[in-house]
Amino acid sequence: MNTGALALSLAGAAVVAALASAASGLLATRWPRTLSWLAFPLLALCGAAALAAGIMALASDSTTTAILPLGLPWLPWHVRLDPLSGVFLLILGAVLVPVAIYGPGYTRVFRNGRDSLAALGVFTGLFVTGMLGVLLADDAFLFMVAWELMSLASYFLVTFQHEVAEHRRAAFLYLLMAHIAGLAILLAFGVLAASGGSFAFAVMRSHPPDALWASVAFALALLGFGTKAGLLPLHLWLPEAHPAAPSHISALMSAVMLKVAVYGFIRVVFELLGPPQWGWGVTLVLVGATTAVVGVLFALQQTDLKRLLAYSSVENLGIVFLALGLALIFLGSGHPALAALALVAALYQALNHALLKGLLFLGAGAVLHGAHERNLERLGGLQRRMPRTGLFFLIGCMGMAALPPLNGFVSEWLTFQAALQAWQLGSGLLRILVPVAAAALALTAALGAAAFVRAYGSAFLGRARSRHVRRAHEVGRGMLVAQALLVAACAAAALLPTTVVGLFSSAARQLTGAGLEQAGSRGWLWLTPIAPNVASYAPIPILLVLALLGGLLVWALRPSRQAPVRRADPWDCGYAPPTPRMQYSAAGFAQPIRRVFAMVYALDEDTDAATATHRLLVRDRLWGWLYAPLGAGLDRVADFARRAQTGHVRRYLSWSLITLLVLLWIIS
Amino acid sequence: MPLLDQAVLVLAAMALFTAFALLAQTRLTAAINTFAWQGALVAAVAALTGRASGDAHLYVSALITLTLKVALIPWMLHRLVRRLSLERQADPLQHPALTLLAGAGIVVFSDWVAAPVAHFDASATRNVIAISLAIVLLGMLMMVVRRQAVAQVLGFMAMENGLFLAAVASTHGMPLVVELGVAFDVLVAMVLFGVFFLQIKNSIDSLDIDRLSQLAEPVEDDERGDAP
Amino acid sequence: MDHFLNPLAHALSALLQPLLLLAAAPLLVAWIRRVKARLQNRRGAPLLQPYRDLRKLFAKEAVVARTASPLFRAAPYLVFAATLVAAGALPLLSLRLPSAAVADAIAVIGLLGLARFLLVLAGLDAGTSFGGMGSSREMLVSTFAEPALLLVVFTLAMTAHSTNLASMVQTTLNAGLVLRPSYLFALAALLLVAIAECGRIPVDNPATHLELTMIHEGMLLEYSGRHLALMEWAAQLKLALFAALIVDLFLPWGIAAGFAPGALAWAALALALKLGVLGALLAVAETALAKMRLFRVPGFLNLAFMLALLGLLSHVILEAAT
Repeated sequence: MNTGALALSLAGAAVVAALASAASGLLATRWPRTLSWLAFPLLALCGAAALAAGIMALASDSTTTAILPLGLPWLPWHVRLDPLSGVFLLILGAVLVPVAIYGPGYTRVFRNGRDSLAALGVFTGLFVTGMLGVLLADDAFLFMVAWELMSLASYFLVTFQHEVAEHRRAAFLYLLMAHIAGLAILLAFGVLAASGGSFAFAVMRSHPPDALWASVAFALALLGFGTKAGLLPLHLWLPEAHPAAPSHISALMSAVMLKVAVYGFIRVVFELLGPPQWGWGVTLVLVGATTAVVGVLFALQQTDLKRLLAYSSVENLGIVFLALGLALIFLGSGHPALAALALVAALYQALNHALLKGLLFLGAGAVLHGAHERNLERLGGLQRRMPRTGLFFLIGCMGMAALPPLNGFVSEWLTFQAALQAWQLGSGLLRILVPVAAAALALTAALGAAAFVRAYGSAFLGRARSRHVRRAHEVGRGMLVAQALLVAACAAAALLPTTVVGLFSSAARQLTGAGLEQAGSRGWLWLTPIAPNVASYAPIPILLVLALLGGLLVWALRPSRQAPVRRADPWDCGYAPPTPRMQYSAAGFAQPIRRVFAMVYALDEDTDAATATHRLLVRDRLWGWLYAPLGAGLDRVADFARRAQTGHVRRYLSWSLITLLVLLWIIS
Repeated sequence: MPLLDQAVLVLAAMALFTAFALLAQTRLTAAINTFAWQGALVAAVAALTGRASGDAHLYVSALITLTLKVALIPWMLHRLVRRLSLERQADPLQHPALTLLAGAGIVVFSDWVAAPVAHFDASATRNVIAISLAIVLLGMLMMVVRRQAVAQVLGFMAMENGLFLAAVASTHGMPLVVELGVAFDVLVAMVLFGVFFLQIKNSIDSLDIDRLSQLAEPVEDDERGDAP
Repeated sequence: MDHFLNPLAHALSALLQPLLLLAAAPLLVAWIRRVKARLQNRRGAPLLQPYRDLRKLFAKEAVVARTASPLFRAAPYLVFAATLVAAGALPLLSLRLPSAAVADAIAVIGLLGLARFLLVLAGLDAGTSFGGMGSSREMLVSTFAEPALLLVVFTLAMTAHSTNLASMVQTTLNAGLVLRPSYLFALAALLLVAIAECGRIPVDNPATHLELTMIHEGMLLEYSGRHLALMEWAAQLKLALFAALIVDLFLPWGIAAGFAPGALAWAALALALKLGVLGALLAVAETALAKMRLFRVPGFLNLAFMLALLGLLSHVILEAAT
C-alpha cells in the first residue's frame, strides 16, 4: 500500500479512536476512573495517528481520496487527505497527544464533584471527531456535519461547569456565534454548489464561479470562518468561551479548533473559488492587522490569565490571516512563488501558535490546579513554588513574544520576508500597503512581548499577593510531562525550520503551484526562503553560541573563595521593608499603555483614596457599537413579530387559509 | 540620475516633511517658522530646477518666493501674533496619531492620483508632482483639523506652496505674469487676514474658528445662541 | 599560504570583531561623558574610568534579594550573551565574514528584544516597586521604538532588496554617492530610535539617582557585583551596537571587502572616527535637550515612526522605477 493510502488509513484510525474515546466516556458515569484509563489514552492514540498521518501526507506530497458508504444515498461522504489537510492533522495530533497525557491529572479533581465526568469524556471525543471530520471532508455535506458536531460538542464542553452563571452566558454567546458562522459557511457552499451543480469539492474545483459570485462567496467564507477563528469584529465570544472551559479543553479549542477554521478558509478561498483577486488579499490584510493590534491591546489589560491567553489567540489569528492576505495579494498579482512564501509563513504561524498556546493553556491549568487562582492580581512568586511549570511557562511566553531562537520568531521572520518582497509588485498602492501592514505586525509583536512579560512576571515572579498562592504546590507528573512534550515540539519547530518549511512547501505547492525549494539550498542548517544573500536565518548556531557564551561567562566569573551570592533583603530606600502589596500589580504594569491607547478601550476606572481601593473595568467598545445595537434591533423585530401571536384562533386559521391560497396560486 | 535631480527629490521630500510638521506643530511661532522653512525648500527646488534646465526665469520665481514666503509673510504673521498676544497659545490636535495617519493616507492617495499624470512627463523629477499634490492636500487637511485662525492662514499658504512646487516640477514654472499676479494676491490676502483677525479678536475675544458662529449673534442679545 | 590563512583569518575576525566592539564600548561611553563634561565646563572623568568601574564591580560580592527567583541570577549572563551575539552579526570591519550568513537585521533586532525581555523580567523579579516601574516604562518605550526601528529596516530593505546587513552595506557601497530621500528620513528616524532604545536623554537619563525618574537603571536596582558589571557592560555594548548600526547602514565607506590586514586596519580607523563623531553628536544632543516626561516619549517615537514612514513613502513615490 503506498504512503498516501497508509496515511488515509491512519487518519481513519484516528477517527475511530476518537469515537471510541467518546463511547468509553459513557463508562465514566459508573466507573469514573475509566476516564483516565480508557478515554484519555484512546485520545492519545488518536492524536498519534493523526500526527503520523499528517507527516506522511506532507512528506510524500500525496493526495488520496475515498468515498465512504455513509451519508445520503445520492450524496455519499467523500474524504480526502492531501498536504493541506496534512498540515492541520499534524497540528491537531501534536497538541492532542500532550493534552491527552495532561487530562488524567487535571480531571482528577472533578471526580467527586457535581460536574459529570462522563459528559467531559463523551464530548471531548466527539469534539475531536468533528475536527478530524472537517479536516478530511471532501464534500460540503460531510464538512457541515463535522463542523456542526465540532461546534455542538465544544458548546457542551464550555458548559461543563454550568453552575457558574458566567459560563452559561459565555456558552450561549459561543453557540450563537458558532451558528451564525455555520450559516455563513453553508451559504458560501451554496454559492459554490450552484455554479458547479454538486456539493463535492472535486466538482467545485473544476467549476469555479465567476468573479462576482466568487467575491460573494469570499465575503461569506470570511464572515463564517472568520467568526469561528475570532477575527474582528466578531471575536467577542472567544475571550468569554475559552476561559470557561476546563484548561485542557481551552488548549484544544485555542490551539486546534481555531486552526480548523483557518483550514476551512484556506480550503474554500484558495482552492474552490477559482483565480484569487488581489482585492480579497487587501481586505484580509486590513482585517488581520486590525484584529492583531486590537487583540493584543486587550490581552495587555486582562487580569484573568486565561482571558489574556484567549485575547492573545485573537491576536495570533489576526497575524495568520494577515499572512494569508499577503499570499492572496501575491497570487492575484501573478507572483506564485512569493504567494507560496507567504502561505508557508501563515501555516508556520498557525503551527507555532498551536504549540505555544497549547503549552500556555496547559500551564495556566497547572497554575489553577496548584495555586487555585487565575487572577494575576492575586498570583505571584510561583517560580519558586512551581519551578518546572514556571520554566515551561517562561519558554511559552518567550515563544509567543517572538524572540529568537524560539519558534515564534521563525514564523514572524518569514512573514516579514514575504512582506518585504512587495517591491516586486507593480502597483504603488500595494507597495506601500504591504510594508505598512508589516509595520503593524511589528507593533503587535512589541505589544505581545509586553503582554507576556506582564503575564509571566505577575504570575511567577515577585512575591505571592495572596495567602493561598503562597502555599501553591507543583503539579503531578502527567501534567508536567505533557508540558515538557509541547516544549520539545516547540524546540523542534524552532531549531529545524528548514525541515518544517520543506514539509509545508508541499501544501504551498498544492495551492499556489510553486514550492519553496530554495529554502534549504544551503543545507538544513540555514533557512533561506528566497535566496542566501537576500535573507538567511540559522537558529541552531545562534542557540549554540548563546549557550556557549553563557556557559563560558558563568565559568569565568565563578567566585573562587566566597559563597556564590549573599542573600539579603531587597532595596527599600531606607524605609519600611516592602510588602507583597507594594510590588507592581498587573494593572499597574499595563497602565502606561492603557493611557496611551485609551481610545481603543472602554475604560471604567476610579480610585477611592479613603479606602485605598482602585477599581478598573476594561471592556470592548464593540459591545456598544455592534453587539448591543444588533441585539436591540433583533429584540425590536421579535417584538414586532410577536404581534402576530394574538391568541385568537380565527386569526391563526386565516393565516393558514391565506398561505394555502398563495401556495395553490404559485403551483398552478 | 545626476546629482542635481537627486537634490531636487531630496528637497521635495523635505518639503513634504515640513507639511506634516505644520500639521502636528502645536505652537504658533514654531509653526510659522516651519512654514518659512517650507518656503525656503520650495524656492531651493525652483532654483535647482532652473540650474538644471537653464531657464533663467525660474531664478526670478525662486527669488520672489524667497522674499515673500520666507521673509515677508512670516514677518507679518509674527507681528500679527505678537499684536494679538498669541505667542504662548498652544493648539493641540485632538487625535494626533489619527491625523498623521490620515496625512500618510493622503500622500498614498496623491501618488495614486498623480500616477497617470506623471506618465506623460519624461523628466526624472516627474514624481515630484505627486509630492506637490500631497502638500496641497495636506495644507487643506491642516485647515480642517486646526482650530486657531492663524493656523488656518498657514494652511492656506501651504496650499499655495504646493501649487508652486507642482508648477515648477511639471512645466518648469508658470509664466512670469501669472507668477507675479499670484504672489500679489497672496500678499493682499495676508494684509486682509491681519485686519480681519484684529476685528474678530476684539469682537468675540478669541480666534478659535469653531467660535466664529458667535459673530452672527447681535451684540445685545446674550441669551440666544450657544458657543460650541 | 593564502588558502591556509583565509579560513583562519575568517574564524579569527568573526570572533575578534564582536570582542573588539565589546572592548571599545566602555571607551565610547567614556568619550561621550567626556564631551558632555567639556560642554558643561567640567573636566570630566578620564577615558579609562568605565574600565576601572567594571573591574571594581567584577571583584565585588554579588548580593541577591531573598525574594528573587533563579531567573534573577541567570538573566545577566543571558542578556550579555544575547547582546554580544547581536553585536557579532554586524559587518563592521569586513564584509566577508562567516557571520554574514546570520547577519540578518531582523534577527539582530530580535536578539536585542530577547535581551530586553530578560532584563524586564529581572526588574520584576525582586518584587519591589522600583523594578516594576522601570520594567513597565521600558515596555512602553519598546512598544513604540520597535515598530519604528523595523520600519527603518524595511525602508532600507526595499532599496537593497534584502534584510541581510552585509548585502545592505554592499548595495550602499556599490551605488556610490547617491542622495536618497528615503535614506535621509530613515537616518533621522534611526537616530531618534537609537536614543530611545539605549536609554539616553531625552528619553531616559543614564546618570540619574532618583528612582522615580529611572527606566533602565530602575530594572538594575537590585543587581550588584559581577551581575551588575555584566548588565552595565551589556548596556554600553548596546549603545555601541546602535552607533555601529547607524555607521553600517548609512556611512559604510571604509569597510574592508576582504581580509587584507591593511584594509582591516584602515576599516578599524574609519570606524573609530565615525563612532567618535556620533558619540560627540549624542553628547551635544544630551546637553542641549532636557529629559522628557514619560508620556511625551510616545510622541517622540511617533515622530520617529512618521519619519520612517515618510522614508518608505519617498522610496515608493520618488525612487522606485515603475
